[in-house]
Amino acid sequence: MAAIIPITMPKFGLAMTEGKVASWARPEGAAIDVGDEIADIETTKITNAYESPVKGLLRRHVAAEQEDLPVGALIAVVADAEVPDGEIDAFVARFQSEFSATHDTEAAEAPPEPAMIEAGGRRLRYLETGAAQDGRPIVLVHGFGGDLNNWMFNQPALAERHRVVALDLPGHGGSLKEVGSGDIASLSGALLDFLDAMHIPRAHLVGHSLGAAVALRTALDKPTHVASLTLIAPAGLGEEIDTGFTTDFIAASRRRQFQPVLEKLFADRSLVSRDMAEDLLRTRRLDGAQAALAAVGEANFGGGRQRLVLRERLDELQGIPMQVIWGAGDAIIPASQAEGLPDFVRVSVLAGAGHMPQMEKAAEVNRLILELAQG
Amino acid sequence: MSRKSYRQAINEALRQEMRRDPTVVVIGEDVAGGAGAPGEEDAWGGVLGVTKGLVGEFGRERVLDTPLSESAYIGAAAGAAATGLRPVAELMFVDFLGVCFDQIFNQAAKFRYMFGGGARTPLVIRAMYGAGFRAASQHSQCLYPIFTHIPGLKVVLPSSAYEAKGLLIQAIRDDDPVIFLENKVQYDEEEEVPDETYTIPFGEANLTREGRDLTIVAFGRMVGIANAAADRLLRQGISCTVLDPRTTSPLDVATILECVEETGRLVIVDEASPRCNMATDVSALVAQEAFGALKAPIRMVCPPHVPVPFAPNLEDLYVPNADRIEAAVRAVMGYKRAGSKVGERA
Repeated sequence: MAAIIPITMPKFGLAMTEGKVASWARPEGAAIDVGDEIADIETTKITNAYESPVKGLLRRHVAAEQEDLPVGALIAVVADAEVPDGEIDAFVARFQSEFSATHDTEAAEAPPEPAMIEAGGRRLRYLETGAAQDGRPIVLVHGFGGDLNNWMFNQPALAERHRVVALDLPGHGGSLKEVGSGDIASLSGALLDFLDAMHIPRAHLVGHSLGAAVALRTALDKPTHVASLTLIAPAGLGEEIDTGFTTDFIAASRRRQFQPVLEKLFADRSLVSRDMAEDLLRTRRLDGAQAALAAVGEANFGGGRQRLVLRERLDELQGIPMQVIWGAGDAIIPASQAEGLPDFVRVSVLAGAGHMPQMEKAAEVNRLILELAQG
Repeated sequence: MSRKSYRQAINEALRQEMRRDPTVVVIGEDVAGGAGAPGEEDAWGGVLGVTKGLVGEFGRERVLDTPLSESAYIGAAAGAAATGLRPVAELMFVDFLGVCFDQIFNQAAKFRYMFGGGARTPLVIRAMYGAGFRAASQHSQCLYPIFTHIPGLKVVLPSSAYEAKGLLIQAIRDDDPVIFLENKVQYDEEEEVPDETYTIPFGEANLTREGRDLTIVAFGRMVGIANAAADRLLRQGISCTVLDPRTTSPLDVATILECVEETGRLVIVDEASPRCNMATDVSALVAQEAFGALKAPIRMVCPPHVPVPFAPNLEDLYVPNADRIEAAVRAVMGYKRAGSKVGERA
C-alpha cells in the first residue's frame, strides 16, 4: 500500500501565520530521513531549517521558493517511488482545495497572549498554552538577556501533550521591575514564587543557559517541586563562560552592534535576522531594561567567570530524572562542561547547534524534553 | 504591546510622562478646548484630537488652553521651563512659527548658553507640519530646516507611531529645548507600539532596511514613502539602504557617511521647500566628508520652490512620491562619467 504524506508549512512560534520556503535543501527525488533538513523556512522573525518529520522519498516540491504561504499549507509531498505522478498531482489538488476551504472558515485563531501575574511581590509576565492537557506542566525558563519568546519553536509542540508555561524572569521581557539582586538564588526564589502563584506544585523544569542554573538551584532547594529537570546549554556547571559576549550584549545599543553579538549564539549565523536584532533593541529601550540587564549580568558573570557553580551538588538530585542538552558548537558556554557528569544524568550533545539548541535543533530538543517527561 | 496610531502614540507618551512627572504640563490653543463654554470640557483635545483626554485626567492646572497669541504662550512656556516646569507647548501648525520665533530662537535656544549654564530650558514645542492635507500654503509647510539652523535647539522628526512615542518621551526628559514635528497626514497610521514607556536616543539614525547599491536618506513621512519605493526597486534588482535620521539636530552624520561609504550612491528625499533644506545640508556634508566614496552625483528629491498649492491636483504634484524617488534612484544608478547627461530634474 503506497502512502502519500503531505509536508506542510510549519508553525514557528505562536504568532506565526505565514512563511515561505527560502530555499529547498533537498531536491525532488531525494531520499530523506526523519530529522533531515529539507528546507529553510523564512518568517519575518527568523529563518530556520525545517527538519523532515518523516522518512521517505521527497517526490514533489509543491511550494516555490520565496512564495508566501499560510501555516498548514502544502509545501511538499513524500511518497514511495511506485506512486505514479498522476496520483501525486491528484493528491496535491485535493489537499489544496480542502485546505483553502477549511483555512478560510477557521480564520486565524488568535494566538495565546502573554499575561501578568503577581508573585512574591513582583509582577511577572508569562505565556501559558495547552492548559487543557493532563499531566504535570512543563515550565520553561529562558536565559540571560532573553525572554519567553526564546521558546517559540518549542512551546507549541510541547503544548500538544502538556500544559506549558513560559515565564519572563525578573529583569527580562515583560518582567522588568523588581530585579532584586539578580543573582541565581534570587531568580530561583522568583521562580518558586511564580510556581506558587500559578498553583503548580510540581513541574517538569526546562531551563536554558542562566535559566538552567536557576532551574538547577530550584531543584536543589525544593526537590519535591521538580518532576524532571532538563538543562539546555546550562550555566552553573563550570566557571567558564564567554563574558566578552555578555559584556558586548549588554553594551550593544544599535542594531549593527547587536547583529554580530547575536550571531555568536548560533552555529548557523544566517539565523540572525534584522527583525530579531530589532526586537531585542526595542525591548532594550523600555524603561529599566538596560539597568536590569546590567544588574543581572554583574550579579552572575561579573569578574569574567560564572559566579555560582553547582556541579558538585548534582549528586543530591539523584532521584530526579535529569538531562543535559548541549550544542556541540556552543561558543558561549563550552560543551566540554557536559563531560564527567554523574551517570544518572542523561547527556545529549547536538552537532550543528550553538548556544541555542532549543531553536537550532528544536525538533530534537522537543523530543528529548517529552521523553524525559514521559519516562 | 498593541497596535496604536501615530496620534495615540503621541497621546500616550504625553499621558504617561505627565503621570510620572508632575512638572510636565501641556499648553497651547485648544489643547483641551471648550474653556469658558458650556458643554464638554475636553471639546477639542487639540485641533486633530492628539491631546484628547488629558484635561480629564490632569485638570486645567496642567493642561492649559491659551489665547490666540503664540508669542505670549510660547514665551510663557520658555520662561516656565527656565524656572522649573517641563512644558510641552503646542504650536498648532508649524507655519505659525513666525509670530513667536524670537521666543524660540533668541530666548529659549540661548538661555543655557548666555546664562553660562545657569539656566536649563527643558521645553518641548510640538507642531504639525507637512502637505497633502489640502490645507493650503499657510498650513502645509515643513520649516524644520529653519529650526535645524539654530544652535541650541534639538529638532525631531518621528517617521512612525513607534518612533513618535519613544522620541517624544526622550524629548520630554531632555533638558534642552526640543522642537517635535508631527506630520499631520500620518496621524492615523498604525503599528505595534509598546504599552510601557521607552526612549529612543537623539542623534541615532535608524536604518529601516539595508542594501548594497544606494543609500536613500529620508525625513519624517518621506521614510515610509522611500521604503515603498525601495520595495519596488528591489523587485527590479536594485537594493537600497533607507536611513531615517530621526533628528535633524543632532544629526547622525557618522551613520550617513558609513552608509555612503558602503553603497557609494546617495538620494535624499526631503519634503521641505528645496532652498536650504535638509537635503542641501546632508549633500554638502557628504560631499565634503565622503567625496571619494561617491560613484555618482548626489540626487535630491524635493518639492518645487513654490508655496504649497491648494488645488488638490497641484498639491499632489508638489509632495515627493514613490515614483519620483524611483526615478531618482534609477538616474543615479545609470550615471556614467564624462559625456553623459544626468537627466531630468527630480
